[in-house]
Order: sequence, then C-alpha cells, then structure tokens
Amino acid sequence: MAKKNSDGYLSARESRRISRENRRITDEYEKRRKRKNVPESEYLTTMRDPKNAVEFDDLHTYFFTDSGVVHSVDGVTFEVPVGKTVGIVGESGCGKSVTSLSLMQLLQRPQGQIVRGAIRLNLGDRAYDVTKAPNEVMQKLRGNYVSMIFQEPMTALNPVFRIGEQLNEVIRLHDSGHKTEEQVKSRTIELLEMVGIANSEGVYRMYPHELSGGMRQRVVIAMALACSPRIIIADEPTTALDVTIQAQILDLLRQLKSKTNSSIMFITHDLGVIAEMADYVVVMYAGRIVEKGTAEDIFYHPAHPYTIGLMASKPVVGKQVDKLYSIPGKVPNPIDMPDYCYFRDRCQMCVEACRGDYPREVAISDTHRVSCYRCGGAKGGETDGE
Amino acid sequence: MANEASASENLLEVKGLVKYFPIKGGFFGRTVGQVKAVDGVTFSIRRGTTMGLVGESGCGKSTIGRTILRLQDKTAGEVRFNGIDIFALSREELRRLRPRLQIIFQDPYSSLSPRLPVGEIIGEAVREHGIVPADEFDGYITDVMHKCGLQEYHKDRYPHEFSGGQRQRICIARVLALKPEFILCDEPVSALDVSIQAQIINLLRELQKDMGLTYLFISHDLSVVEHISDTVGVMYLGTMAEFAETEKIFSHPLHPYTEALFSAIPVPDPHYRMERIVLEGSIPSPANPPGGCKFHTRCRKCTELCRHAVPEWTEVEPGHFCACHLYNSAEQNARAEAAVKAAQGSAARKPETEEKE
Repeated sequence: MAKKNSDGYLSARESRRISRENRRITDEYEKRRKRKNVPESEYLTTMRDPKNAVEFDDLHTYFFTDSGVVHSVDGVTFEVPVGKTVGIVGESGCGKSVTSLSLMQLLQRPQGQIVRGAIRLNLGDRAYDVTKAPNEVMQKLRGNYVSMIFQEPMTALNPVFRIGEQLNEVIRLHDSGHKTEEQVKSRTIELLEMVGIANSEGVYRMYPHELSGGMRQRVVIAMALACSPRIIIADEPTTALDVTIQAQILDLLRQLKSKTNSSIMFITHDLGVIAEMADYVVVMYAGRIVEKGTAEDIFYHPAHPYTIGLMASKPVVGKQVDKLYSIPGKVPNPIDMPDYCYFRDRCQMCVEACRGDYPREVAISDTHRVSCYRCGGAKGGETDGE
Repeated sequence: MANEASASENLLEVKGLVKYFPIKGGFFGRTVGQVKAVDGVTFSIRRGTTMGLVGESGCGKSTIGRTILRLQDKTAGEVRFNGIDIFALSREELRRLRPRLQIIFQDPYSSLSPRLPVGEIIGEAVREHGIVPADEFDGYITDVMHKCGLQEYHKDRYPHEFSGGQRQRICIARVLALKPEFILCDEPVSALDVSIQAQIINLLRELQKDMGLTYLFISHDLSVVEHISDTVGVMYLGTMAEFAETEKIFSHPLHPYTEALFSAIPVPDPHYRMERIVLEGSIPSPANPPGGCKFHTRCRKCTELCRHAVPEWTEVEPGHFCACHLYNSAEQNARAEAAVKAAQGSAARKPETEEKE
C-alpha cells in the first residue's frame, strides 16, 4: 500500500515507484492478450448451467493507477439466465459499469485488468471464457454475441457520419462481407423500423444532431441489435432521457427482448426502472455484491442494510414521508478498502459480529443471497472461516 | 389569476411572463425567427413554501427561473418580488436586492470556482454585500458552514477535494450566507447519487423550516418534486399546463399531459402495473410550436377545437389551475370556437381581397 506523507498526499518518488510497478504488472497482462493464434482450448470452457447466457465467477477487475490499485470489481459472482433481464443497481463508483465492460473486454487498458476470475459466455454449442480470450476472438464476439447500449446517446454516435452509414458499418463488419450493399441498406432500414422510427428512409440520411435524445437512443439500440446478439448490456440507457421518453424506450426494450429472446443486463441507479424491467436484481456496493435475488426478493424482502437504506432514501410518488432516510457517511476510499464489512461504518444495524472479516455470502432462500452478518453470515472470511 | 386578497402573502408573483430568444441567421445576422422558450406563464409562490416546476427538457423551466431572477431580460410580462417589480429596478437597486434572491445550480462541479478555497467561495459575496461587520465575518462563515454540514477545517480546501454531495453543500452554504428570502433551486440533486440526494433534500427542508425560506424547485424528477413541494406547476413547451397543490395534482391530475407525465414515473415495486399512457413522439420544437393547444399533437383526448384555439388558463377548482379545453367552461369554449371561425373566415377572405387589389 502506498505510503503517504504528513499532509496526506503521495510524494513524487512514491508515485513514480507505484507507476513503475504498475507498468510491470500490466505489461505482462497485455503481452498475453496480444498473442496471435492462441489455441481455442485455452479459452474454451463449459457453463455451470447451460440455461445461463453469461456466468460471472469470482471476477476481480483492478485498475492500476498512479496513486494505488483500485479494486473496482472485487469478487463478483452472478449469472444471467437466457431470456431474462438482470438488473444491476448501485451508486456511482460501485463497479457496475466495470463489471459490464469486463464482459465486453472494453476496459481502459492498460490500467484496467481482469486479475482473477472467469466470465463464461454461452455461445450455444460451446462456451468461451472471455477473460482468457485474445483480442482477435473478442472482436468476433462483440456485436455478434454481446453488445452494448451506452448511457449517452449524444456521445455514442459519431457526429460527422450519417445515421445510415454508421449502422451499415456495424452490419458490414460483423457479417464478414456476405451481404451486398443493397442488402446491408435494407437491413439498416429494417432495424430502424424495428426500433420504432417511423421515417426510417429519412433518418437513414440524417446526421445525429438532427435527432432528439429519444430518437438517438433508438438509433443506438438499433445499432446494438444489428447482429441479433444473445446478450444486450444496457448501461443506464434512460438516465439522460425524460420520463416520458424513458417510458417509450423501456417499452421498446421489453418488446424487443420478447421478440429476440435475448438476455439483458440492465445497469441503472434508478430502483423504479429496475422494478419495471428486471427479473433478477444484483445490488452492488464498493465493488462487491451485497445482495442478489429475484426482483420480488429484493423489493419485498430486502435484507442487506444498504439495500434497505437505498430504498428508503428515494422518495416514492404517493407515499409521503416527513424526512427521507439518508445513509450516513460515504463510500470508503477505493484504494484503501477496510478489511471488515465495507458498509459497517455507514450501517445503523450493526451487530457484534460485524467487527469480524468481510461477511460471507449466505443464502436466505433458494434465489436470495446476502452478504451480511445479520442474516446468518456468522462465520467470517471469504472462503474459510476461523 | 392570483387571488388579490392573498397578494401580501405571496413572496413572488409572476404574471404573463414571456421570453423569446431570437434566432440569428442570414448574411447580416438578422433575426430570422424566435424560440418561444416561455410563452405567457402566470403563477405565484406563498412565503415560506416550495413550488415545484416540472416538465420535459426544453420546456422552459430553467428559462423561467433565470428570467425571474433577472439574470436575463424578459420579453413581456411582470415579475413581482415582495410587491417590487424586478424589471423596473435600476442597476444599483437590483444589486441591493440580489442577496435576497439566490440560485443553486444543477452541476456542483462547474458552479464552483476551482481557484478559490471554500471559505472564500462562501465569504466573497458576504463581504461584497456587507452582510455582517468585518469582525464577525469569520465566525459567521463558520456558522453557516456548520448549518450546511461542513466543518471549519474545510475552509482552506479547494472544491476539487470534495465529493459531489459536499460540493452541493458548499453551493447551498454560499447561497445561505447572504440571508436570502427566495432560493431558486435549478435541479439541485439531479447530478447526485440516490443516498446523497436524500441528504441534500433533507438539508434543504431543514433550512426552510429554520429560516422560513421560499423555494422554487425545478426538477425533472417527479418523485423528488412531490416530496419537497407544497405546490406544483407542470410546464409544456413554454406554457404552464397545470398548477395546483401537490396532493391535489398527484391524486387527480386534470390536464392530459400531466396524466401522461405522472403515469410514466417508474415505481419501485415489481408487481405494480399502472396503466401507462405512452406519449407518442417527442416534444415539438419551441421555435415552431404547433398552433392551438401546444399539446394537441401528442394528446390522446384531442378534439377539433384543440387544433385551432389556445385554451384559457382557468381555475377549475379553488387553487387548481389548468389550461385545457376539456376543463374550460362551455362559455369559454364557445368563445374560442367563435374566434377560430372568425380567424378562418378572414383567412379565407384575404386572398380574394388581394386579388381585387
């Protein structure tokens, strides 16, 4: 861990030492990833349950920064079943976006690296471990099997190319040249119509600035769906939009999902949107999953104090309260995480056992798992207790 | 219209406020059109209460706020603060009034100067306006900071050392130090996380209770607005669609737009399924708004009259205002219809007269 001087700042020498160290570590990861002609056996794996589209298994994604190592995702395990929507909730900086970027292998390199764990991706006839797959293979997986809808439709589109051109490019790249130009164009028009753009021929020739926020988000969704992926990652797709437009986009996503039977990983901080969209919910806090279960489990029987606090702190229309509950304190510094429960310092339901190590995950029903001592995680330690 | 008898209770009164922005174009930068950002808005806020202002982006919420504070000039209409016409004031008079009318901005990252320490950010305007004598200055700033949940040692730090929630507290402290009566909150919690949002909302409410502040709370987050406001105004494309007490407007909204807007709020309950009114399309351009009722292009209850006549701003129930033909009296609608016919008649006659000439 980095040493700090009396003012709480890193000295220049210390900072240099850290960045040298980081370079050494990340170079090694990069070298492995850039290899050519990697035998398939290296990243071929089997799904734990063939009904799952993706399985995250003890994923650790770290960022090697100049002020220390940030454990953005620190042991995350969950699965996305085929044809279901999994919602990931948490505040900013809790690692929900990094989890999805790990699946896409779009982390900010070379600082961001998957250090440990596996992400198993179900391709139907076989399964790949994304964390071990080299760049060449990833390029084929992205778009065709996994694709992503980004948060800001304003910045996700290139302002100097026409909408049609941008969509054509996606189709051309991923269909490996089987389609003629006319076929590509007709597919683009078809996609635009699918996402509910009435004037598809007109929009085809427009530039992104000519469209409203909702329309742009539809185009981004069309782009993500271009190659009928099995998994769609929606990273806060409606955060930048108005409620009425949000309702349109959520409707659209629901329809498209039932049409294509793909799975959706839905990332948001809005509990209302999660309740509407998700079949399963994963609640993340400071890089770890604190609670996961079906939507009913989480919304009707929240067990972790963080989940309970999160729900109480959001005003709900129709329920008047005099004072909102606010979770005291703030998220611990990601560079210097405590060795006990990350939420202990902000928790108002602490028990004696909370003084121990980080609590283990406990199942309180078949589908509902919580990391908290209050729910019976009595034995500390991640794998073996004392 | 605001009740005349209660005029003294109202801290702020806005009557028929209009704000157009010119669109410059052409070779000599002539004005080629106008963006009708605010097009005739009337409301009033009682002393010590909070009014929420909601609507989609681009409907003119923030423009109203800025015009009320005279941060930009009006096109027409009237704004009275404590009975004083804000637009009639001279530069010097306005400067003296400024501390009493304050604003909290949306983005706490860009609204604080990165080069000033927090103590100076909060204290600068206090010194400028001579709010407290020089010998009490330090103690006063510390006091204000404590009230907003900041510590004394934060004074010498710079904004980049604070998190989003802390920064918003600094913004609130900066405003509060001037002993304002009216604070315009322009989306103060939109950029913050849920748990931090709750802290800031609670802080704003506590301060209101202690100091009798009046807020105009602009937000697109309807659940936050419902929580904090006493009255709510719903805007659509530069005009006010509906205005009423919070409870009334949320329990039975009148205007079709309000209905649709409220039905779109996601509720954190997986089994809850409200009948959702999905509005087709998006908000029309304020540079070229549709004629008649501005909402008629997306309204599901639209009639022939809505396409041509602008609905009147009517008090449907005591304290519940609405601009919609459905709630205008038969008399008003008949008058509107007659006006439309007359207009159509003259439009039809016009070409004839031109031909004659």
